[in-house]
Amino acid sequence: MSQEILKVENLCVKVLEKDILKGLDLTIGEGETHVIMGPNGAGKSTLGNTLMGKSEYEVTSGNVTFLGEDLLSMEVHERARKGLFMSFQNPIEVPGVRLSEFIRNSCEAMGNKMSLWNFKKAAAVQMKVLNMDPAYLDRELNVGFSGGEKKKAEILQLLMLKPRLAILDETDSGLDVDAVRTVSEGVKAYQEQVGGSLLIITHSTRILESLSVDKVHVVADGKIVAEGDRSLVDEINENGFEKYIRA
Amino acid sequence: MSEEKTFVEDINRSIYDVIDKENNATRLKEGLNEDIIRQISDEKDDPDWMREFRLKCLKLYNELQVPQWGPGIEGLDMDHISTYVRPKTDMKNTWDDVPEDIKNTFERLGIPEAERASLAGVGAQYDSELVYHNVMKEVEEQGVVYTDFESALKGEYSDMVREHFMKLLVPRDHKFNALHGAVWSGGSFVYVPKGVKVSIPLQSYFRLNAKGAGQFEHTLIIVDEGADLHFIEGCSAPKYNVANLHSGCVELFVSKNARLRYSTIENWSKNMYNLNSKRAIVEENARMEWVSGSFGSHTSYLYPSTILKGDNSTMEYTGITFAGEGQDLDTGMKVVHVGRNTSSVVNTKSIAKSGGVSTTRTSVQVMSGAKGAKSVVSCESLMVDNISRSDTIPVMDIRTDDADIGHEASIGSISDDAVFYLMSRGLSEEDARALIVSGFADNVSRELPMEYAAEMNNLIRLEMKGSIG
Repeated sequence: MSQEILKVENLCVKVLEKDILKGLDLTIGEGETHVIMGPNGAGKSTLGNTLMGKSEYEVTSGNVTFLGEDLLSMEVHERARKGLFMSFQNPIEVPGVRLSEFIRNSCEAMGNKMSLWNFKKAAAVQMKVLNMDPAYLDRELNVGFSGGEKKKAEILQLLMLKPRLAILDETDSGLDVDAVRTVSEGVKAYQEQVGGSLLIITHSTRILESLSVDKVHVVADGKIVAEGDRSLVDEINENGFEKYIRA
Repeated sequence: MSEEKTFVEDINRSIYDVIDKENNATRLKEGLNEDIIRQISDEKDDPDWMREFRLKCLKLYNELQVPQWGPGIEGLDMDHISTYVRPKTDMKNTWDDVPEDIKNTFERLGIPEAERASLAGVGAQYDSELVYHNVMKEVEEQGVVYTDFESALKGEYSDMVREHFMKLLVPRDHKFNALHGAVWSGGSFVYVPKGVKVSIPLQSYFRLNAKGAGQFEHTLIIVDEGADLHFIEGCSAPKYNVANLHSGCVELFVSKNARLRYSTIENWSKNMYNLNSKRAIVEENARMEWVSGSFGSHTSYLYPSTILKGDNSTMEYTGITFAGEGQDLDTGMKVVHVGRNTSSVVNTKSIAKSGGVSTTRTSVQVMSGAKGAKSVVSCESLMVDNISRSDTIPVMDIRTDDADIGHEASIGSISDDAVFYLMSRGLSEEDARALIVSGFADNVSRELPMEYAAEMNNLIRLEMKGSIG
């Protein structure tokens, strides 16, 4: 395996006094794309939110190493600056903050300070990939965005921030076929341009169609219950999660 | 330090807080009595009618009660306020002639720079008197009058001034109007003749440096028929551990078909009692626009009011108030619809933090003859923490049967999810919170001239600094 980016060992997480993750292990190498699948309530999004550092997610035991450092002891913004990114399932609306202002500030926080001119030029390139009108840069962050527009804005951030590891939490949920295809193009561009690693959390498979996938993990009841290559996706498409839930 | 990197320019509170050594020509004794008032008249060489006016106002002041409905002002003791402090210079029209220390203060505040870049005229008041006044030649040639108030009182426009002075804000209205009438000093007079459009703004800046003093400038603006003006007012003071008082009056006359925009960024220090009165009267088909930012002061009472007297006259008010630790800011606006088919649009935002109290009062009155009046009022509050307080008190008095009136109020807090979202993109918690607050204030900063929008963002940033416990 190439350089190890993320190593999750025996991760146990509680949310509101309820055990959600019950000893999850996962290792992701550089440039690899991993897919996490599983039924609703299995703990998929909990894994993403825990890695990003959301405060309601209480780690009761286990370790997470990100680029050789203890991820769990870092603050949220430190994780981001280190190269961790998450595309949110329901990105929150922030009135009055322009999309351009937000991404530019983020780039700057990551140590990539750009003039407004250079920023707009760089953003225009990526917005083209996502079939987004550059006028979106002047819109208030996620305010009045459709589901598809929100997800495109998330992927735009992914392409601008160029993280080492990106978690995509149900990025394809609630999108029509065209929007999934566009978002998928964006993710592909990230794979190709940045060569970063991906952890794609999904319970459908449409987003995966045009992406290369290295490994598929099935999560049920807070643990990884099956692992395989891309063929596992097809198998689940055919048979669903039933046998994993019973197991 | 990475903490210092921000999305708004880094700021430095020290530009506001530098205290010049007091080196006054005259400083009247603290307190308020007929002798003091006569001394002010002597200092200013008042015309007789003004001498009498002042003394009448003092009498009224002693009769009127302190308002009981607002924040307490027990900390303000007029026996400890010097009402008149003359700086050690007369008024100059080039900055080079202004004494070094005073000039440096205004330099730090960016006034001469702004004048060069984007203003048609500037007046700068230091304590009780103007120390600098200058108008662009082109604007003067258009017939625009922009002078200090004392010159106006004696010069060519003395009749016009006398005709309008404290006619809109009458001394009997409340105790602090009466106080102002008794001790006013400084301020500006502006007259824009018929049809003249002043394409870039005029600005007056008020700086109160003297400790334990009061500033009582008077601003009178008359925009004649079909004329157009944008006037900017800025104010600040260094912080002292004793009370200072600001009680200015702004009277605005907007004639038929004219437009006036009046923008203020107030950044008094947190020992200041800011008991300020502003009123505009708007004639037929004319338009009044207010942009008002209240950041500083210990206690504020500020409710710019507008009388939509003429048919088809309109008013727009955009205001923001930011109350931090130890501040009790009572702000808002009042509009009276008198003419037919008049309309008002009001947007206020208020932010309360670290135990600060922000109260927004709005009053919409539609008189019985004001057929076809329209008014939309929206008040939004943002609570940065749970120890602060924000209230909205709307009053509506509608005396017609066809008015179209809307009022909306909302109160929100900074959501943890929003902070988490911004932090997941690399912003520190403090930066995330400041960005959310700046976003909340965004529609106000868009109304401000660019330098002022930047100053407002800086002030927000400054106020939000250290807000994480």
